[in-house]
Amino acid sequence: MTELYTLTAHAAHALLTAREVSARALLESVLARIDAVEPRLHSYLRLLPETARAQADAVDAKIAAGEAIGPLEGIPLALKDILCTTGVPTTCASRMLENFIPPYDATVVRRLREAGVIVVGKTNMDEFAMGSSTENSAFGPSHNPWDLSRVPGGSSGGSASAVGGDEALLGIGTDTGGSIRQPAAYCGVVGLKPTYGRVSRYGLIAFASSLDQVGPITKDVTDAALLMNAIAGPDPCDSTCFPEAAPDYTAGLGRSIAGLRIGVPREFFTQEGVQVDAGVERAVRTALDLYAKLGAEIEECSLPNVRFSLPTYYIIAPAEASSNLARYDGVEFGYRQTGTKDIIGMMTASRDRGFGMEVKRRIMLGTYVLSSGYYDAYYLKASQVRTLIRQDFERAFERYDVLVSPTAPSVAFPLGAKVDDPMQMYLNDICTIPINMAGIPALSLPCGYDRGLPVGLQLMGAHWAEPALLQAAYAYEQAAGWTRTAVDEAGRVTAAG
Amino acid sequence: MADYELIVGFEVHAELATATKIFCGCSTEPGAPANTHTCPVCLGLPGVLPVLNGAALEHAVRVALACHCGISSPSIFERKNYYYPDLPKNYQVSQKRAPFGVDGWFDLEVDGTVKRISIVDIHLEEDAGKLVHPEERSAAGYSLVDFNRAGVPLLEVVSGPDLRSVAEAEAYMTAMRRLLQYLGASDARMELGQIRFEANISVRPVGTETLGKRVEIKNLNSFRTVTRAIEYEMARQIDLYERGGAVAQETRLWDDARGETQAMRSKEESHDYRYFPEPDLVPMVFTDAYLADLAAKLPELPAARRTRFIEAFGLPEYDAAILTGEKTIADFVDAAVALGANPKTVSNWIMGEALRLLNEKGLAPDALPITPRALADLIALVDDGKINANQAKQVFAEMFDSGAAPEEIVKARGFAQISDVSALAAIVDAVVAANPDAAAKYTAGDDKPLGFLVGQVMKQSRGQANAPVVNALIRKKLRGE
Repeated sequence: MTELYTLTAHAAHALLTAREVSARALLESVLARIDAVEPRLHSYLRLLPETARAQADAVDAKIAAGEAIGPLEGIPLALKDILCTTGVPTTCASRMLENFIPPYDATVVRRLREAGVIVVGKTNMDEFAMGSSTENSAFGPSHNPWDLSRVPGGSSGGSASAVGGDEALLGIGTDTGGSIRQPAAYCGVVGLKPTYGRVSRYGLIAFASSLDQVGPITKDVTDAALLMNAIAGPDPCDSTCFPEAAPDYTAGLGRSIAGLRIGVPREFFTQEGVQVDAGVERAVRTALDLYAKLGAEIEECSLPNVRFSLPTYYIIAPAEASSNLARYDGVEFGYRQTGTKDIIGMMTASRDRGFGMEVKRRIMLGTYVLSSGYYDAYYLKASQVRTLIRQDFERAFERYDVLVSPTAPSVAFPLGAKVDDPMQMYLNDICTIPINMAGIPALSLPCGYDRGLPVGLQLMGAHWAEPALLQAAYAYEQAAGWTRTAVDEAGRVTAAG
Repeated sequence: MADYELIVGFEVHAELATATKIFCGCSTEPGAPANTHTCPVCLGLPGVLPVLNGAALEHAVRVALACHCGISSPSIFERKNYYYPDLPKNYQVSQKRAPFGVDGWFDLEVDGTVKRISIVDIHLEEDAGKLVHPEERSAAGYSLVDFNRAGVPLLEVVSGPDLRSVAEAEAYMTAMRRLLQYLGASDARMELGQIRFEANISVRPVGTETLGKRVEIKNLNSFRTVTRAIEYEMARQIDLYERGGAVAQETRLWDDARGETQAMRSKEESHDYRYFPEPDLVPMVFTDAYLADLAAKLPELPAARRTRFIEAFGLPEYDAAILTGEKTIADFVDAAVALGANPKTVSNWIMGEALRLLNEKGLAPDALPITPRALADLIALVDDGKINANQAKQVFAEMFDSGAAPEEIVKARGFAQISDVSALAAIVDAVVAANPDAAAKYTAGDDKPLGFLVGQVMKQSRGQANAPVVNALIRKKLRGE
């Protein structure tokens, strides 16, 4: 029999409603899998087996009473440790928040609870979501389930390695410059960054407020759509949240994509300083061939201002971060350095000891670009360029339904390969950052392998076009047949391995 | 010594009269135990987001409209970044580049002439918390923070450097406070810190056009301290120039005990606030229809009300100015008149007894403890001849103290006015008989004893005699008039 922990959420739901499997048995399978592989993957910062078991038993009681259950009820999920959970420490993988216990739930967490999803644990990440490898976690890196010597990507590396390593059926990540999509690509799973404003940010500990979005990390496209159904929608607690109700994201799955207009922007394959690996490009081109066979019309195109995405991102994101992270001063919550002579000393020492190197680097960058005399040259200029980037995408979406590119220029890189070279680390996000700058949705799904490691295919859509992305992704997924079995044969880490 | 001209502009900070804070649902009620009016949002906990209070927004736009400002559309909030332990997020959500109101004006009446004062900027921001220091701070080794005030909505009104004298500055403060009260935007009670003034002060030799270096004065807690600080600062700056020195553009703190301003340490004022647009709030776009609707619904403002009191109520200008000076008093007058009382009589009671008693008891005008209904009833009792003026004063005083209805007081005290001529004539006869000297003098043409004789009659009647009737009786008896 298939191990229950390898199931997708929708497959598990079918077994639960058929009463072939109990929610408790499903959970115990996942917890056993965690016991077996967690010492090598380090996906989680904290496990919540007791509350998870109580929730699973409650779902089973409901099923036993003959009540209907929702599509995600009783399904174990890995939650990124950047979303606030009442009574459960929420650390952002930072010494600063090691002992921070929120008195409230993030809106996404509340919605997951309402949907009956079971949070099995809170996952590792780059500190305050700043990084592309999870190596910036104050509590040690996570490992890629395909090759333990490699990174799982970041910043949502823990959620991606948990889902990719079968330590949860579902995952939640956040994406500021690629932090859902790149780790999803590296770990061979599906990741969706929704349109900015589609999912509430209330309770998401802010990195860069105008870029951050919460989204699903799942084993297949159907699960991504189901998880979106649970978390998307308006929230009176978030003024930047889109006020209209979210659609049913599963509605378009299975519909033909004949006539779908796909644009392939060349700037996502080669750019000054970066060249997508040949093996990655080959996998993406092969995927495009399959799309052509499914009836899509494919055309090369250009988004000239996309090349400014990285520099403008590294002005806007650190600027917002420098202000968002100012509240960590040791006064109200978080790490406090004692024994200092005055309040300034306490604040300075607390921030010095509480934050890691990359966080400090970005706070300094952000403080600099907002400083008197530099604002116009940096922040204001970057905001203007951001508008140009968004307009490039808007023009492209007049011609195309979907844009396609690699999710990252390479497959997962070895641990330690880029930690001493922040610029190389930043360049790794060259394909994902433009999407956050434009505020549009994008999805990464597996499209084959390069040197035995998964390659991610990135689909980008216009604002609020998640249904079109999910429909296109589903069509490819079904036709390509990159099943989980195939993944296993490609050498995925197993309980024994 | 050359003649110098004083130049003053104000930054007025007013606490808006909203029930809840600017970005969360916590109460703004003062006086609660420390940190009880707080929630994750106003404490700035990780992950929280602000949601703008619609009432605060409307107050701000109404004040901007009343000051004839252009309304920025979109208006945006920005973050003002600085570290201070009472500031939960270490940034204050405020407005900088696109505030609600810009380039307005305000007509100020000083000594009977109207002067147009420019309003540069009207913007909304959140208040910070409050540091509470133990008495022996160094020994205790700590200070405490109370975040009840954090997130209370503040409106800042910035005027141009258009005021030229202490009298103008005083008139501006009074008028701006009155405007905010009339608009219902703020209770603006200075003693509760609901309104604060910061003055920008410079001087220049009369006849020159360029502005001198400006000094910003903070820590001004009452109208009186503002006046003292302006006078002090003017003298200090003139003295500096006269001695060949230069005025530094700086922020100075008023020290009320010493009666002088002191420069803040440069460290305290050398902030680079790193303003940038608040990404957690959306830009606010106003339609013309929305603004027109708000403008149409603006209440009657002080100048219009004063004119109406003069024209519709027939009140003297002096009365109208005093009565409309405090919104609560003007509201009282309108209400009493609506109940049928004569406007001038109402005005006499307010300007006389009411203000005298308020003053005597050290109460603010909005603490007037009687209702318009009670005053209207009291006036009716007098008009109907049921009590005399002297009794009415006693009734008023008791109403003021106990809040009882005038009829009840009249009944309890057994007040009744004796207007019956035959009853009063008997008392007059007795008084004249008992005071032959006074009566003779009055008969001989000396008016002075009349008051004495009337007083004696009042005394005999235990204060109940109708004084005008007594007057007439004495005149008739002694002079045959």
